[in-house]
Amino acid sequence: MSSLNYETVARFAQQGGTVYFAVMFLAAFVYALWPKHREAFQDLARLPLEDDEDDHVGA
Amino acid sequence: MTAETQQQASPANAVVLQILMGVLALGALLATAFSPDPLFRLQGWIFLGAFVIAGAVLTIGIANGQFQNDQTKYEDGVVRAGVIATLFWAAVGMLVGVVIASQLAWPRIFYFPDFGWLNFGRLRPLHTSGVVFAFGGNALLCTSFYVVQRTCRARLAGGLAPWFVFWGYQLFIALAAIGYLAGITEGREYAEPEWIADIWLTVVWVAYLLVFLGTIWKRKEPHIYVANWFYLAMIVTVAMLHIVNNISLPISFLNHKSYSAFAGVQDALTQWWYGHNAVGFFLTAGFLAIMYYFVPKRAERPVYSYRLSIVHFWSLIFIYIWAGPHHLHYTALPQWTQTLGMTFSVMLWMPSWGGMINGLMTLSGAWDKLRTDPVIRMMTVAIAFYGMSTFEGPLMSIRTVNALSHYTDWTIGHVHSGALGWVGFISFGAIYCLVPWLWKKERMYSNTLIEWHFWIATIGILLYIAAMWVSGIMEGLMWREYTPQGFLAYSFVETVAAKHIENVIRVIGGLMYLSGTLIMVVNVWKTIAMPSSVRQVESSGPAAALSAQA
Amino acid sequence: MWKQHGKLERHSLLLVLGILVVVAIGGLVEITPLFFLESTIEKVDGMRPYTPLEQAGRDIYVREGCYLCHSQMIRPLRDEVERYGHYSLAAESMYDHPFQWGSKRTGPDLARVGGKYSDAWHVAHLTDPRSVVPESVMPPYAFLAKKELDESDIQLKLAALTRVGVPYTKADIAHAKADLEAQADATASGTGLHQRYGTKVIQRDYDGNPEKITEMDALIAYLQMLGGLVDFRTYKADSPENMR
Repeated sequence: MSSLNYETVARFAQQGGTVYFAVMFLAAFVYALWPKHREAFQDLARLPLEDDEDDHVGA
Repeated sequence: MTAETQQQASPANAVVLQILMGVLALGALLATAFSPDPLFRLQGWIFLGAFVIAGAVLTIGIANGQFQNDQTKYEDGVVRAGVIATLFWAAVGMLVGVVIASQLAWPRIFYFPDFGWLNFGRLRPLHTSGVVFAFGGNALLCTSFYVVQRTCRARLAGGLAPWFVFWGYQLFIALAAIGYLAGITEGREYAEPEWIADIWLTVVWVAYLLVFLGTIWKRKEPHIYVANWFYLAMIVTVAMLHIVNNISLPISFLNHKSYSAFAGVQDALTQWWYGHNAVGFFLTAGFLAIMYYFVPKRAERPVYSYRLSIVHFWSLIFIYIWAGPHHLHYTALPQWTQTLGMTFSVMLWMPSWGGMINGLMTLSGAWDKLRTDPVIRMMTVAIAFYGMSTFEGPLMSIRTVNALSHYTDWTIGHVHSGALGWVGFISFGAIYCLVPWLWKKERMYSNTLIEWHFWIATIGILLYIAAMWVSGIMEGLMWREYTPQGFLAYSFVETVAAKHIENVIRVIGGLMYLSGTLIMVVNVWKTIAMPSSVRQVESSGPAAALSAQA
Repeated sequence: MWKQHGKLERHSLLLVLGILVVVAIGGLVEITPLFFLESTIEKVDGMRPYTPLEQAGRDIYVREGCYLCHSQMIRPLRDEVERYGHYSLAAESMYDHPFQWGSKRTGPDLARVGGKYSDAWHVAHLTDPRSVVPESVMPPYAFLAKKELDESDIQLKLAALTRVGVPYTKADIAHAKADLEAQADATASGTGLHQRYGTKVIQRDYDGNPEKITEMDALIAYLQMLGGLVDFRTYKADSPENMR
């Protein structure tokens, strides 16, 4: 446990953080651009416009 | 379900809440009676009053057979209440802002030696909490309750729970606001409420999360619209930030005062991790949710790129959370943490502008609406201010720039371009959309008044931030200026005196912005008082529909 | 139907989980290492917990929101060091619950204001700032001199601070009230006070009113000790563990 000092924790946090960041960003990017999702996203984008309401009288 | 079980189901919900209020009132009464601390007793009285009123309202309601299971499609009553609360707190928070700006401009007039509770140090948290948590928080509460119902096509979950969230949140605001004036504070910026208010907010916030999630679980749409992602990130992250940052130890459970569990440098970093992400998640993610619903809705066009909104979402929440240490440049914080905070702050520029482009481009092909519809114009200017302040922010997080800008009025100007320009205008835009929808009117009472609001507030913002840029950069440069002989050129008080004109311009700018808000209040008031268009349609069928068209 | 419903629920919970994982990491990476720093914070001579009177004054400083206009963090920039004194060390706020570094200098930095002005100047300035500094925009705090200091909870305060890590001893807590009163009275015997908090503790009637101990006494006692604890003759700024 003597090795668990400020320097090692800080170094681990710095390197681990960088790798983690790259992985997370790639995952989000791939998910967003995955061709299979294209159609679902197009439908989704129209969702607020398709409120089946009678209460948007004046908008 | 039979009609009978439905009738029983909902009052049970109300009865549970009624009993809870009774128990809490008793607890508040006992704590107030036994506490030797006058400030704790003040908090106790506020709690007691709130619980007694809530209990009485519930009792009368149950006796009169209210709180039956409502069969209408959406719960809009709580959204209407939220709109009114938003406007009320906007006026209060901004008025206090004008008062403290006047104190700095004319200290001989606006300070009252016999009323210490009106000093700048006590009013300033009232202003910041008033606009951020009371005005902004209510705007988020009411729009999120509206948007989640519409995009899930489901009624708000939890029966009376949304009302508990709404009134519980108002109670938190009252506790915090009265507490500030009385001198109850934890002394950490934007997290000033003391431990007992913090615990109450945690309860309310968890209920908010459950109502929001419960509505999503009931949804009749296969997917969750991106605006709800932003709301959800706001709710979840604010819960995390609030709980971690407010870990503190009361000196006694019958005393208002507590000490932060952290000290010095750890306390500073925890606080600015919280403070910066209050901006990132409360004032950015939450209001981006408003943008992603209300801009497409008002422009009657789908969002420019849904894919971009997903990349925007994940990169924004991921990068924001690291940026806090840029508030602590050149301090006793370890340098690598400062550098990390700066790096992520600069990177933050990209997702922010991605979001800005997505918002602005949603209007492409409908640019004529900028001219004809002041509400669209207001939201567009909001997005432009979002882009401006998310460019300025990364710039100010660079160490060498920060060496000049930190501790100066420049920071104040930056905050206000985000708060007045982005948060304020996008909220106003959403409310101008919501009021006719919620109160079943054809339109707002007066488009001319919206025009007036837009122009007077826009000029107010420009005056405000221009004054703060000038005074901030001026004082930053004066502090570091040397005479040819190598002495500091100015004493501190000379830099204070030099800012007088800018302080006066700030008051004028703030006063204009406040006036715009008051114009809006009048307009909303008149709109609600207008005869309702839909009721005619409902009552007399096609004939009335024809007349409504005419 | 139920199966479908459960799947949707998981979906939204997955989203909540994703958000939590993403937002938790930044704090973990940046904040956690600092708690390992605690044992290796700069080694300095002279740091001690606040005396009861100083802590009571600090609580008034917090209560009145002084941190909203005054920083307590001198940055290592030439003009700041010349204007305010040696740049602030992490060790100097190690007993500060909460920290009061501030974020805005509507007024000057106060990290080393201790000893720069006389007690009488502080009384006059706090009572009516513009009587001594005509251009000042500071609020008046005349009421502090009229208001007797509430000493009833000082033991509770020290005990709570001990629980969050400030090294007060049992004796410190037991004598808190006596120490508080002794420090505000130049004629009292300060033996116990100096035994517990060191001989450099200043003992005098800060507000110039010997009849009662006021909030003004406490606040000025706090202001007058700010930044004066660390002995910079023995601090080696360029030793490796001080270079982070």
